[in-house]
Amino acid sequence: MKKTYKIDVDCAACAEKMQEAAKRTDGVKDAVVSFMTLKMKVEFEEGADVPAVMLEVRENCRKVEDECEVYI
Amino acid sequence: MNKKQKNLLTRIIAAVLCLIPTIVLDGIIPTWYLKLGLYLIPYLIVGYDILRKAWHGIRNGQVFDENFLMTIATFGAIGVGVYDAVHGGKGDYLEAVAVMLLYQVGELFQSYAVGKSRRNISDLMDIRPDYANLWEDGQMVRVDPEEVETGSVIVIQPGEKVPLDGIVIEGSSSLNTAALTGESIPRDVSEGSEVLSGCINAGGVLKVRTTTEFDESTASKILDLVENAASRKSKSENFISRFARYYTPIVCYAALALAVLPPIVLALGGRQPMIAEWIYRACTFLVISCPCAVVISIPLSFFAGLGGASAQGILIKGSNFLEAMADVRTVVFDKTGTVTRGSFEVTSVHAGTNDEGGRGDEKSISGAGPAGTFSREQLLEYAALIEAHSSHPISQSLKRAYGKPVDLSRVTDISEISGQGVYGKVDGIPVAAGNDKLMRHLGMEGCSCKEAGTIVHVAVDSRYAGYIVIADELKPTAQEAMRELKKAGVMRTVMLTGDTQQAAQETAAQVGVDEVHAGLLPEDKVTWVEKLLSEIGGRGSLAFVGDGINDAPVLSRADIGIAMGALGSDAAIEAADVVLMDDDPKKIAKAIKISRKCIGIVRQNIVFALGIKLICLILGAVGLANMWIAILSDVGVMILAVLNAIRALFVKNL
Repeated sequence: MKKTYKIDVDCAACAEKMQEAAKRTDGVKDAVVSFMTLKMKVEFEEGADVPAVMLEVRENCRKVEDECEVYI
Repeated sequence: MNKKQKNLLTRIIAAVLCLIPTIVLDGIIPTWYLKLGLYLIPYLIVGYDILRKAWHGIRNGQVFDENFLMTIATFGAIGVGVYDAVHGGKGDYLEAVAVMLLYQVGELFQSYAVGKSRRNISDLMDIRPDYANLWEDGQMVRVDPEEVETGSVIVIQPGEKVPLDGIVIEGSSSLNTAALTGESIPRDVSEGSEVLSGCINAGGVLKVRTTTEFDESTASKILDLVENAASRKSKSENFISRFARYYTPIVCYAALALAVLPPIVLALGGRQPMIAEWIYRACTFLVISCPCAVVISIPLSFFAGLGGASAQGILIKGSNFLEAMADVRTVVFDKTGTVTRGSFEVTSVHAGTNDEGGRGDEKSISGAGPAGTFSREQLLEYAALIEAHSSHPISQSLKRAYGKPVDLSRVTDISEISGQGVYGKVDGIPVAAGNDKLMRHLGMEGCSCKEAGTIVHVAVDSRYAGYIVIADELKPTAQEAMRELKKAGVMRTVMLTGDTQQAAQETAAQVGVDEVHAGLLPEDKVTWVEKLLSEIGGRGSLAFVGDGINDAPVLSRADIGIAMGALGSDAAIEAADVVLMDDDPKKIAKAIKISRKCIGIVRQNIVFALGIKLICLILGAVGLANMWIAILSDVGVMILAVLNAIRALFVKNL
């Protein structure tokens, strides 16, 4: 399953970091962050608990870039 | 400016105001630690968040980022100043403050420029409807378009955006499709016509029954496509993000080596190690090494390119296709719907016997000409009637040319000979319409005319009565489109068609296509594209242009599949890599030019930014560039690269 989320972040390199952080999260198969459109597209693993995974994604993103936001 | 940007601007101004008196009084400050304190105030005002982020990064194992680079570099510069002051020197802290200040000015500019172009591009694609006027119990209610169910009736007033796709049930107007197609050619609609969301009602009030929900409407789909395009990253973008991942750590270690190795070597050689000097050089090195200019300008260029293209009615589904598009050397066309309109039209009607000398049978034709020949209208009438039961495009075009409602009760005893035509009775008179084989079958000789197109011979009452020529019309801009393609650097244009050799040759000659291959079945087209691909062998890419109907396999086989006239056709939007919203073939050349411009800008930025960095790094390492040059080159390169990237948005006059 794929879902797109709005995000907020300040720089292109930070967006890149968020993408890597999201990819590392359990339950996430793939993630693409577009700094230009401020969107995060997440592909979940089969049977993943989407809301829980997204909380985790946001947590991981905050670790690498504390001033970022993922609108779940 | 948003809140964050205003905040940063305020801090920059405050830091400058603090800094000025300190600089003026610099010479008369009695002690070095008081001077350091005075310089630290503006430093912390403008740079505290950088320090915090660097600290945060270190704690979370994200060591090598820009914040870290700036923190280490400025700390190093301050440390060198302190060392200098303690050893009786003047102690210069201004550089460290200036580096932080200018870095933040650069950040502010970058954030502002990106936000601005983000808004510019969404303005260009201003097709998202804000509301819909729902018609309920004779009342108009303004609602969110997402809440409107399929089959509801909505009212579109003059000047309003069409919020959802639907069918007009009342009223007539003309729609401005500029936001969708890039061309402001009005499209007239009246009862029964389809309207697409995203158009603007330029005329009267329309009542429309919706046929889609908001998420499925044309406007939503296009917006989705444009937004998703940015997530399909090109080779250059991937290169840059990989580059940034390795580059920063490498530079950090290089700086460390620069700070440590030369003093050791000098000390071993029995000379003065000059530790402060080498630490200063290492800090300069770090300042120069910030990769921001490249990291921001490459995706920005692509985004601006994609945005500019979509404003022209050219939807490119990803930066990777923009890249491939810039490299197109061969363009393959499907004939129908691309070079030609794809709608068959009666181009001429030739009434007249083949001169068998026979006179017309008075009773058979009401109002027949004195010589027994028929008027063109009559010929058309017979042909339209006898073909009325068929749904073949040819009979459709006969009906359209006839222009009057067809009275089916006049037609009896219809039979069809596949591949030849039909015969039967109209008003009780035997009529036959078909190709020359049918005429021979009926014992007549059709006129052997040489006109291009499909020829329908008509026989009435067992006598040859004339023929009608039906042809697919060339698109008015087809010839110009081919010239434009050649001008845009396309080496080879190829037309593939299922048509007969003769008709295809003629069309090819008319529009000026290099090669033509006729008589092809849809699967032959895939074979041909594969053959062409192997002939090219990787030198430039191959684009296939089709109308999106029945050519999905070819569209996906080519390097780039371009579907045209795709407004409202889901299949085409799905299958193609590039979607031309209207059906103007000139847009193909335009799409190539837009891609070239965008890729050109990307290359300029990579070469320019990395080139300047490299030069400065070398100058810094050998001690020819101080920290001022380092930060000015860093911010300057970034500003120029961003401004250059925004140029990709301006593609209207290409």
